[in-house]
Amino acid sequence: MSMPMYVSPEQLMKDKADFARKGIARGRAAIGCTYAEGVLFCAENPSNTLRKVSEIYDRIGFVGVGRYNEFDSLRKGGVRHADLKGYTYSRADVDARSLANLYAETLGGYFTHEPKPLEIEMLVGEMGEEPNGDQLFHLLYDGTVMDMTTFAVIGGEADAIRERLAGTWSQVADLTASVSAAVAALAGAERTLTADDLEVAVLARPNGRRAFRRVEGEELDSLLA
Amino acid sequence: MGLPLFRPDNDPGPSFLALLDHAGMGPGEAICNTASGDPGLAPHATTVVAVRHRDGVVMAGDRRATSGNFISHRDIEKVFPADDFSGVAISGTAGIAMEMVRLFQLQLEHYEKVEGKALSLDGKANQLSQMLRGHLPLAMQGLVVIPLFAGYDHRQERGRLFQFDVTGGRYEERDFAATGSGMLHASTVIKLRYRDEMTPDEAVDVAVEALFQAADEDSATGGPDLIRGIYPGMASITAEGFERLTHEHVAARTAAMLENLTTNWSRKELPS
Repeated sequence: MSMPMYVSPEQLMKDKADFARKGIARGRAAIGCTYAEGVLFCAENPSNTLRKVSEIYDRIGFVGVGRYNEFDSLRKGGVRHADLKGYTYSRADVDARSLANLYAETLGGYFTHEPKPLEIEMLVGEMGEEPNGDQLFHLLYDGTVMDMTTFAVIGGEADAIRERLAGTWSQVADLTASVSAAVAALAGAERTLTADDLEVAVLARPNGRRAFRRVEGEELDSLLA
Repeated sequence: MGLPLFRPDNDPGPSFLALLDHAGMGPGEAICNTASGDPGLAPHATTVVAVRHRDGVVMAGDRRATSGNFISHRDIEKVFPADDFSGVAISGTAGIAMEMVRLFQLQLEHYEKVEGKALSLDGKANQLSQMLRGHLPLAMQGLVVIPLFAGYDHRQERGRLFQFDVTGGRYEERDFAATGSGMLHASTVIKLRYRDEMTPDEAVDVAVEALFQAADEDSATGGPDLIRGIYPGMASITAEGFERLTHEHVAARTAAMLENLTTNWSRKELPS
């Protein structure tokens, strides 16, 4: 009988983290940021049917990057959790914080216990009733969760995009200004992104109960013009 | 409440009801164990109508719920949005009907979010039909629920409406539908007043009069209550979506109808 090879826990975790990071860095990036009317999600996504940005609940939205099947199954889990919770208690009791915690637990569980960590990074955004109530939760492949009220970037080349967006983002910007800041940050100096390369959606206070709305077609064209 | 994740072989798909079953919260079991089966104990909601017009459908319901010969509520709402482009109106055992509406709304929204695309209008009507069929054992004990379903069909570019029976039978009606205890009187009024290509305002007036005449003949249907300011609950569904008519609007249309009736119906003594 051969002895299994010893691998130190440090090495094991480092290998898993490197593996996950590599997978995520291969994909295109996405941005979540707050703006005057709520929360804006903007992802570079050439596909018009396989979505990165989605609606979770009345005031909660989701963006995932990395392996599509992995973040999509967590997205569905989030929709199911939110709908069950709203049905059992009340719609007002469904919040992004508890969903972000559940996501963090799940991601952490995969990272520690499964042979392969999830190669995904996600954002959960919640629109508040007032502008200063808007929240973003940034979730990493290992279950790390960070909350912020400004902006977050996930996916490939996130650091460079974050740097670009830091110079242009403003909490009081309107939709046009926020979209152009986000798109410019995603594109960088050398590239131009058109509406076909982008997936844009908002959680906006004027939208009523279901605040999530996709910005697409002519509306997106005119915002980018 | 954990994160509901499933393997592909036991995934509930886009159905919220299947998800509830997975979570052990299925509606059927929960209600069955506690049902008394005596319809006199639970409040009943009565007359609702739907009328098709040029741009879509108008739905309307009176505001009364009764328990036997008592009036249990004077101002309940019987017309609800099912989603952005459809509505559902209820008659029958009020508590169960309202829970059914809530589940139906969730079912449509849940499907839309999980699948990323709304159900077709026929798909929605079929869902309601299946929920009714699941409810059949309770209906047999007397806790009957009969809804009306109407919506704007973007594929066919017109309003459509559906009637149901207690077994989940689904019948698409061409022009109008009514259900509940005052349905005979209400549908007679609509039948006589109905014209093809009515404007939305004309359809509102027909529905208001239908409910008034139903209330005039059927004690379980509530008429307009001028003292408390209670008027039928009404909604309009067009290509722009589901929209509840304001209280003031319905009050004004009711006042116009009453004015018209008073002029034509002035009471005369019989010659002695």
